[in-house]
Amino acid sequence: MTGTEITSCTEALRLLAAYLDTELEEHEHGEMERHLQRCRSCYSRAEFEAHLKASIAELAHEPVPPRLSARVHTLIREFTVAGDR
Amino acid sequence: MADVATAPMDRTDQAWFADQITALLPDLYGAAVRLCRDRTEGEDLVAEAVAKAWEGLPSLRTRNAFRGWVFRILTNTYISQYRSSRTHGDIESLDADDDAFSLFEQLHQPILLWWGNPEQDFLNRLLRDELVQAIDRLPDCLRTVVILIDVQALSYREAATALDVPVGTVRSRLARARSRLQKALWENAHDAGITTGPAPSRREEEGPDDGD
Repeated sequence: MTGTEITSCTEALRLLAAYLDTELEEHEHGEMERHLQRCRSCYSRAEFEAHLKASIAELAHEPVPPRLSARVHTLIREFTVAGDR
Repeated sequence: MADVATAPMDRTDQAWFADQITALLPDLYGAAVRLCRDRTEGEDLVAEAVAKAWEGLPSLRTRNAFRGWVFRILTNTYISQYRSSRTHGDIESLDADDDAFSLFEQLHQPILLWWGNPEQDFLNRLLRDELVQAIDRLPDCLRTVVILIDVQALSYREAATALDVPVGTVRSRLARARSRLQKALWENAHDAGITTGPAPSRREEEGPDDGD
């Protein structure tokens, strides 16, 4: 796209995933934001997809088992010792 | 810190590496558990990836890229050492409409809108375990993309590098994965009586391979 205004919801929905993933070019991102400000239907869809994406992102962190922490730190200590030899 | 390509590592490098790994450990473990679908295997995967990252550290050109780089090592280690032992197909045969299912469109229907805000109600009721199960049921090639992009927030380019596929393949796999994921969540919600209307047709969880 070369700065053309997003006028159709079909085009907006085609770009929605990349918009939410912040993968659009700057001008496309701005056009999407302008479309979403004007179009209640697309705004609702974007809001839903963004919330779902955020729920998935919450799976990013897992409490690290103490056993794994100890194992990794032992590994790193061994690297250090080996590097000093 | 400056570039260290091929430079010998010293105690400063070792301390820096330890700090970075310690900070990333919950994310690495989170990704490893989702990749392996198993906590014990996830621990082994993280340990192997850390060892490989240390060995490869002199080749890391820009330390700002450490996060993406170490996730690439984690993913590659999973692909080469863990995935090969599994029966899950790499690329499944996919229905023509497999990247077109929209949970929002299922929920945003006049009959459901009579009772309030079905989209928000759905999100409010969505449990972490339901999401985990839906992601775990995805075939490897789709699950890996979701884990890298939606769970670990890598860019399309970083994910493409990690998986050694073109960015276009990442885009298409991501669209398919999200469609599958939303379809599974819709089926769960339907089975739990949270939604009304017909459930989407179900498909076999695993199938033969095909191309992108």
